[in-house]
Amino acid sequence: MTNGPVTKGLDSDFSLPEEKPLGLVVGGSLSHGVEVRLDTGGRTSVEDLKAGSFVTIRGAKHRFFGVVTDLTLNSSDPRLKHQPPSVDDPFTAEVVSGSVAYGTASVLPHLTMPLVLDGSDKSSVAEAPVAAKTIPSHFSPAYPASKQDVEMVFGREDEQHFWVGTPLDMDAKVCLNLEELVKRSIGVFGKSGTGKTFLTRLLLVGILQGNQASSLIFDMHSEYGWGGQDTDRNTTVKGLKQLFPARVATFTLDEEQARRRGVSTDEVVRIGYGEIEPEDVQLLRETLNLSEVAADAAYNLQQKFGQRNWLASFLSLDGGTQLNELAGELGVNSAALGALHNRLRRIQRYRFLEERSQSGAADDVTEKIIQHLERGNHVVLEFGGYGNDLTAYILVSNLLSRRIHERYVALTDAAEGNRGKKPRPLVIVIEEAHKFLHPGVASQTIFGIIARELRKYSVTLMVIDQRPSAIDQEVMSQLGTRLVCLLDNDRDVEAALSGAPGSRQLKEVLSRLEPKQQALLFGHALPMPVVVHTRSYDEDFYAQIYQKPAVGDGHQAGEPPGETPRERLERQINELF
Amino acid sequence: MNDISAPRRLAEVIEAASSVFRAQCYRLYEAPALGSLVTAGAPAVYGVVCRVSTEPLDPSRPVLARGESAQSEEQIYQDNPQIARLLTSRFEALIVGHQLETGISHHLPPLPPRVHSFVKECSPDEITDFSGGLDFIHLLVGAGPAASEEVVRACMSRLIEAHSDVPDFRVQIGKALAKELAGDVPQLTAILRGLAR
Ligand SMILES: Nc1ncnc2c1ncn2[C@@H]1O[C@H](COP(=O)(O)OP(=O)(O)O)[C@@H](O)[C@H]1O
Ligand SMILES: [Mg+2]
Repeated sequence: MTNGPVTKGLDSDFSLPEEKPLGLVVGGSLSHGVEVRLDTGGRTSVEDLKAGSFVTIRGAKHRFFGVVTDLTLNSSDPRLKHQPPSVDDPFTAEVVSGSVAYGTASVLPHLTMPLVLDGSDKSSVAEAPVAAKTIPSHFSPAYPASKQDVEMVFGREDEQHFWVGTPLDMDAKVCLNLEELVKRSIGVFGKSGTGKTFLTRLLLVGILQGNQASSLIFDMHSEYGWGGQDTDRNTTVKGLKQLFPARVATFTLDEEQARRRGVSTDEVVRIGYGEIEPEDVQLLRETLNLSEVAADAAYNLQQKFGQRNWLASFLSLDGGTQLNELAGELGVNSAALGALHNRLRRIQRYRFLEERSQSGAADDVTEKIIQHLERGNHVVLEFGGYGNDLTAYILVSNLLSRRIHERYVALTDAAEGNRGKKPRPLVIVIEEAHKFLHPGVASQTIFGIIARELRKYSVTLMVIDQRPSAIDQEVMSQLGTRLVCLLDNDRDVEAALSGAPGSRQLKEVLSRLEPKQQALLFGHALPMPVVVHTRSYDEDFYAQIYQKPAVGDGHQAGEPPGETPRERLERQINELF
Repeated sequence: MNDISAPRRLAEVIEAASSVFRAQCYRLYEAPALGSLVTAGAPAVYGVVCRVSTEPLDPSRPVLARGESAQSEEQIYQDNPQIARLLTSRFEALIVGHQLETGISHHLPPLPPRVHSFVKECSPDEITDFSGGLDFIHLLVGAGPAASEEVVRACMSRLIEAHSDVPDFRVQIGKALAKELAGDVPQLTAILRGLAR
């Protein structure tokens, strides 16, 4: 058997590349993956393989596509560990390595593919890879996956497949299925500085070009609309508005700052006192440092003064005796009521709040946002100078999302009763998502509701967060696609991977990500989990997306979708600076 | 020593079993070297020399020490010419293959060589022909205590010498040994150390 005529015979029966196998399957299970003993001839060293690399295994009846999840050093004789042979003798070292001392790769087979890959497009389209429900039999040879295999699995770039990154060590494209992506909520996780914002920008461009849904972005640090900062390279990058001026509307909370930055905004957001509800106060408990009793007192105030007037009336009290009297009247603890009064006064300084306009300023804004969304536009709400004020961010995002959701529910119900058409799917993007979705509030707040009701009312979430462990588990389990950059806290890692098949192995992979511009992607928009080097968001990217027409636009290639001559002029002027 | 380029008939089988045969050399002290490859009979049965002995022809007549007053060891033989006829060299060989019409098999022959079969030392060509495949190493290493580390090492170094034109033959031999001795790394490394350049 030493000269192996048998394997040679096998090779010629298959029209596969004449590549040498990495090794043979020697054991394993469906749940834990298979063990591939690396080639005993010593041709493949463990050091040639990396966790996360793709491998194909040629079984007797199927070809499997999998990923290396772990690498192990083994020996046929346990004594080897205690009496290692003298490796200063190169001959002994050469003989021993790969034979009695050998490497094993743990490979998780995710997909099965047609056995013969003849390179013609026909066969690869006809038999798309499907989830593996079995494992390759003993001694099936494993090979490094070819670029062709990877393309077959992760799809070619087209209108519904957005190129989001490249696999490690391979020059191939990993594409997201945009239709699947927007069907359910999306999670983007990673610690600070790992590339969440850049990745989110990519996703938003993809969603915009895929044209399956509109997005509403609560843009805390004003990074998505006009332009964003590349803190590492100390430059600015283009935001959605710059790239797609005709398809994106920017709203701002901070008109003055926008003017100072010299960016044009389409709308200014105003909110009336009368539109703030006790539910909003509940969400602010953490940032305003309110006790449960204090926050609950808002409901009593609402009852006494009415929804339109409770906040204005309450804040107009001077404090002291007036508050004590009110506390007595409402039957709430006066210290708690005092605290509530004191904290709510802080939000009084928000210039976007209008005491007098009790007649639906936020309703107007909501209406405008919905008009844009219905036209297929995307809306970025920039927080400007309020970007570092979590209270403002939570208050506004929650209040507006609640209204928009209400409208979507009404529109959907109407459509179901044949009175109008179903609203266009909407993705609401929020940062610091755990502030809205931690277990204490997720069951009551609008974001928790949106996450749980799936897309019954055509609204889904894109949550961006660095602390997924702080997000309610049920909400996490509803995320259809997750994109996870490096996380270093174990609880966050666990939360980010919870419910994913093969999470034990993914954990290994996740802990080895580079600290920047790499992400583990898994869920509905991909056939299997994959680690990518995120596509670079830079000048090349801008050029590439202009070449690709967004679906549904009758514009010419080479110019931003849906651009009018005037916008083109504007863009060209902007590009000059 | 003699010319080793042509097969040399040097002994005759005097006892044979399925996996080992014993031969008596025609000349005292002219046994094949430990670990060398020999054939017995025709069609040839291949064996690896695993034990060489020189002993009295008649076991009931033990050899006596005679050289107390001799000048040299050589003188003992000169002064007692009968000694050479009272002693004989014998050796044992582990069977590692046999000749078939179709080629060489690395398995035991159905029957051992007949007594009085001629035993010849293999020529370098015969050695390279025989060791074109290395499956016989399984028989050799599996032969038990008779195939001591030293016999295996000696045999392998002869093979390496015969294949000196094949650059990685040494490593091939090493890998083949590693397969057989996967569970006994100390023994494997002891042999490998002896085979290193
Ligand atoms: N896809 C990408 N293209 C170009 N640069 C990137 C990309 N991803 C990350 N970076 C680099 O990493 C830095 C941090 O990324 P950022 O998205 O701001 O991190 P986060 O939002 O997670 O804090 C960026 O300033 C940029 O230099
Ligand atoms: Mg960021």
